[in-house]
Amino acid sequence: MNSFNNLKHLEAEAIHIMREVVAEFSNPAMLYSVGKDSSVMLHLLQKAFYPASPPMPLVHVDTQWKFKEMIAFRDKRAKEVGMELIVYSNPKGKELNISPFKHGSAMHTDIMKTEALKNMLNIYKFDAVFGGARRDEEKSRSKERIYSFRDENHRWNPKSQRPELWNIFNGRHKQDESIRVFPLSNWTELDIWQYIYSENIAIPELYFAKKRKVVEYMGTKIMLDDERVPKELRDNAKEEMVRFRTLGCYPLTGAINSNASTLQEIIQEMLLSTTSERHGRVIDSDGGASMEEKKQEGYF
Amino acid sequence: MLDDSKTIEQYLQKYDNQDICRFITCGSVDDGKSTLIGRLLYDSKMFFEDQLSAIKKDSKKFGTTGDKIDLALLVDGLASEREQGITIDVAYRYFSTAKRKYIIADTPGHEQYTRNMATGASTADIAIILIDARKGVLTQTKRHSYIATLLGIKNIIVAINKMDLVDFSQERYQKIVRQYEKEVLEHLNVHESNIKTDYIPISALEGDNIVSSSKNCSWYKGRPLMELLDTMVLTTKSTQKDAEFRFPVQYVNRPHLNFRGFCGTIASGTISVGDEVSVLPSQKHSRVKSIISNEIKDLRVKTEDEGLEITEKAFAPMSTTIVLEDEIDISRGDIIVKRNAEVEISNKFSAMLVWMSETPLSLHKNYLIKRATSVINGNFSSIEYKKDVNTFEKLTADKLELNEIAKCTISFDREIAADSYTQNKYMGSFIVIDKHTNETLGAGMIDSCIKKQDRISKRQYTEEELALNQYVRKNYPEWGCLKL
Repeated sequence: MNSFNNLKHLEAEAIHIMREVVAEFSNPAMLYSVGKDSSVMLHLLQKAFYPASPPMPLVHVDTQWKFKEMIAFRDKRAKEVGMELIVYSNPKGKELNISPFKHGSAMHTDIMKTEALKNMLNIYKFDAVFGGARRDEEKSRSKERIYSFRDENHRWNPKSQRPELWNIFNGRHKQDESIRVFPLSNWTELDIWQYIYSENIAIPELYFAKKRKVVEYMGTKIMLDDERVPKELRDNAKEEMVRFRTLGCYPLTGAINSNASTLQEIIQEMLLSTTSERHGRVIDSDGGASMEEKKQEGYF
Repeated sequence: MLDDSKTIEQYLQKYDNQDICRFITCGSVDDGKSTLIGRLLYDSKMFFEDQLSAIKKDSKKFGTTGDKIDLALLVDGLASEREQGITIDVAYRYFSTAKRKYIIADTPGHEQYTRNMATGASTADIAIILIDARKGVLTQTKRHSYIATLLGIKNIIVAINKMDLVDFSQERYQKIVRQYEKEVLEHLNVHESNIKTDYIPISALEGDNIVSSSKNCSWYKGRPLMELLDTMVLTTKSTQKDAEFRFPVQYVNRPHLNFRGFCGTIASGTISVGDEVSVLPSQKHSRVKSIISNEIKDLRVKTEDEGLEITEKAFAPMSTTIVLEDEIDISRGDIIVKRNAEVEISNKFSAMLVWMSETPLSLHKNYLIKRATSVINGNFSSIEYKKDVNTFEKLTADKLELNEIAKCTISFDREIAADSYTQNKYMGSFIVIDKHTNETLGAGMIDSCIKKQDRISKRQYTEEELALNQYVRKNYPEWGCLKL
């Protein structure tokens, strides 16, 4: 093996960022979404503070509609790493009994994710929150800094973002200001999978292909995760070999047909499907999409 | 993307040897910068005929290249953000080959150029300087080359683009190469700074000399761009690893009384268990007891009695944790070096300063200076000269404004251990922070130590040593030996 390859560089950079934040901020937290990027970030945090436990809590904003497996995985991992787990759900959502099936995804997301996150931050007053976003995810993210400053209302002000040179980060902030930190900024999706493979990092089973009960809903295939799925959908469900490429709320997360049941097979499928996905987009844009739209969409 | 690997296992094995390389592309829209980036991103992916035809269609509709593919369409031009008033400094883009993963720092080429380019160049190993074959060396070519070398980039690729528009003329190419040598390189101290320059004739638009050697200019015997990038020896990396050991302490990890680890990113060099070390600026000494492994298998939290996963050696640019033999006082911001290492300790340095704020630099005003892992008070007492980045002239100045570069004298309220930026990028760089707004105002690179603190004088010398000192000073004045 190469003494210091691409992944080792990315690992060192992420650990540097994590330690810098812990040294300069008084109340950091890691936003734990239970997905693959979060799994990598948690692994890196453990490495950064070994043999101690990472000096911050894990925070999960629970929308009440996550896959059951995700919740079980979350609790198991938190116990294993010995970090405090804070789970927050917006009480307003519980009160109104918000359901993506009934109220639509926009309202669900707004109340159970965006508003919930802000409420949680107001309650716990974290001054630095680690997130797993990457610059390669979409074009608008390619300009995002590693330290993303937020004002007292958690708003991002483009004018107050700071230039980042070398590995020197300016973490000075006023009392009510906070930052979102993205230690995985320079990782690509492929890097994430390669790192999971080489470090043998635990990820939820949902990423691996298995026979699961799914049904067509809003143009995607969703899994029947619990009895809250409306009856007419349940009646049309079929068992298929599927897996998930991203994890979120089960009514809003589309499954893909796949036989990839090992990490190697997932990586192989990803390498091949990236191209076909792009191929699909090119055809889409053929239907008269403007250059601006195409730019916004983010071709690469 | 599976390229020539037969199986996924072979592919993963190959990936294990993949290196990382960061580069910056310098040029304006007119030089074909977006087209070049689009070309590199495009050509590094698996190439499909149907994709090509789809982009061809788009290019006819929206592009500026007629019937040809407009690869610039694939790269965000950053224009819309500027219209929205968003300050963009650098956009980062990614592609990989079997040998290296690349991070491109793409900077918008307009008003904020110096500030943006300095940001992108600060982490880059290579600068690709684009020159339009029809226009030759322009003012901006000088500016780009100066900033790239000021920020310590050692590998420069001068890509002479749009060769298709000058009929792939060898004569035209050679003329530009000579022009670059004379008008740019001669002014940049390239030999002293160990800078390596490669020239390559390309057409980003047509793909000449990008992935494979172009038939249109068979007179060019060098490698195509992608191969050049893949095989280039990255001077920034090798010098960082070969330089003397420097370890800015970032965080002290103390989970229980039996463990006190000093965490940080190794700025340069190598450290091994048993090495004698000094802590600066306090100059206390100890020895390395253990180094936490980089390949920890079992990450569970360890109790006091459990053994830890350790290693014999660590090197730059690893993020590591070091344990010392002795209980000495060390905190964040201190620098661990090998014992007897030659490091300047002072509170006064001369430095090159790039100003990045709309608020001009105020001489004698107190700023916060963040260097490596320490934040200290500092002020600039004088400006030696301001550099005209377009003409390389040194100008007198008493103020420094946005996007200007100057050589200044900086004083700190305490002593720090530092190296010059050219010797050690991570020991000699700093940012300037406003105490009240917390804004990052500028970026600096230490040039040399002004008030040398006579460290040696603290030692008690024997008569023999004093006599030797006197003898050396008397007979070898050219050695510049200090008086004890």
